[in-house]
Amino acid sequence: MLYAILCYNDEDLVWSWTKEEDDAVMGRLAVVHERLGEKLGPAARLLPTTAATTLRKSSEPIVIDGPFAETKEQLLGFYVIEVENLDAALDVAHQLTAANPGGAYEIRPIALFLPDKRVPDKRVIEQRAPEKRVP
Amino acid sequence: MTDLAWINSAIIGARPQAIGALLRYFRDLDTAEEAFQEAALRALKNWVANGPPRDPAAWLILVGRNAALDNLRKQAKHTDLPPEELISDLDDTETSLAERLDGSHYRDDVLRLLFICCHPDLPATQQIALALRIISGLSVVQIARAFLVSEAAMEQRITRAKARVAAAQVPFETPGPAERAERVGVVAAMIYLLFNEGYSAGDDAARGALCDEAIRLARLLLRLFQTEPEIMGLTALMLLQHARLPARFDAAGEGILLEDQDRTRWNSKLIAEGLALIDKAIRHNRPGPYQIQAAIAATHSRAGRAEDTDWAGIDALYAALERLQPSPVVTLNRAVATAKVHGPEAALRMIAPLEERLSGYFHYFGARGAFLVQCGRIAEARADFDRAIALANTPAEAAHIRRHLDRLARSA
Repeated sequence: MLYAILCYNDEDLVWSWTKEEDDAVMGRLAVVHERLGEKLGPAARLLPTTAATTLRKSSEPIVIDGPFAETKEQLLGFYVIEVENLDAALDVAHQLTAANPGGAYEIRPIALFLPDKRVPDKRVIEQRAPEKRVP
Repeated sequence: MTDLAWINSAIIGARPQAIGALLRYFRDLDTAEEAFQEAALRALKNWVANGPPRDPAAWLILVGRNAALDNLRKQAKHTDLPPEELISDLDDTETSLAERLDGSHYRDDVLRLLFICCHPDLPATQQIALALRIISGLSVVQIARAFLVSEAAMEQRITRAKARVAAAQVPFETPGPAERAERVGVVAAMIYLLFNEGYSAGDDAARGALCDEAIRLARLLLRLFQTEPEIMGLTALMLLQHARLPARFDAAGEGILLEDQDRTRWNSKLIAEGLALIDKAIRHNRPGPYQIQAAIAATHSRAGRAEDTDWAGIDALYAALERLQPSPVVTLNRAVATAKVHGPEAALRMIAPLEERLSGYFHYFGARGAFLVQCGRIAEARADFDRAIALANTPAEAAHIRRHLDRLARSA
């Protein structure tokens, strides 16, 4: 069964981590990722919501800044995992929690999954600046 | 077990909101600060034992407020009761708890805190010191070290700032739209000054940390003004400049020029966020100085190699900045781009009228010397480089010009 684990946390807090704190968390998560092996599908960490843009699909679609949800916690990333059942998915979420406390993980069964057709290799992709785009 | 590092960053992260709320209750910076310190101490004990609370900020506000109230009550036994208006809105615990949890005060609390630290009556140096002490929670020792002054002098600077804020009778209501826009401009200027303190500090880590604090404050401001393109621009500008930090200095701590930096060492995550923000800002079609400077930084970030830089684009952006914010220094910067696009003679013509106003400015003679070299006017270039060395503000600046002179000597 495919599950999405949606990662919620206070982005003000997460984005004020020092590089050392950030590296420490990412290091601990890397150990968990390694342990999950074949269960682990694609995963992403998102830039803060202040960098986000929303397209409201009204009859005349409009582009607005942000999501402006006045909530304490924001969607900061997600995992896709393949495990037998909810218990196993929760077990994965517990392991991630031990490596990265604070906030919440939302475990959602996936209804439709379109595999990545873009990259044939398995490199970790960190956001790169596009080659050239004059503002 | 709860990670101590996590607790620490949770306390730091919650600080602006918690101090802002405590300031709303007690209307006094010192009381709010002491209440927060007390709550943070208790958090260190309590959270380790019981695990972190769901909402660290709400926890710190509640515990801090109760601690401060206990203190006020103790003092009241010895002295007269505090004036009624000081504690009048403290009674209805149930409703105020509900208020805090829905976070509806968040925006006003944090904004008030920023406005108080950036009170227009305060000189910029005091604004920065106060913001670092109150909002960022840096110790007086840390701030003193970052600004290369003694601890006693920094303590005094902060005390003076607090006294001036108290004397100014800061209104605790959020100001109206016109005043608000003006005050936000002052906050933005304080943040950028703070950033430049850190940026110009070379590879001194204590001073360099000021850049991180400035970016943190900018993110805070951006959360309050998510549709304000100039705040997006300011944040983007600092992210894009800070992204170059790993490439800006060699092993000996000497500065490396932008065109000589190893661009693979630039921080790609900061660049991605900076580019996302400037892209968003430009869609608003309300250009401003921070956005234009960010767009210039973005143009550099988008060039994979120095020789790929879109100098014509940078020249046009500087021209726009000149129109918006005319200054000889902007024109001098533009001349560097102009030299790449239209040649050194054009650049020399552009900066000729600036000589009188920039006669004491190191970069003027450094840049003009470089243009003169490109024109083959070596004797004049040497004279300019000599003047630049005499005007250099740091040994690193002087050393950089000396390398130019050495190169001339070798090729002669």
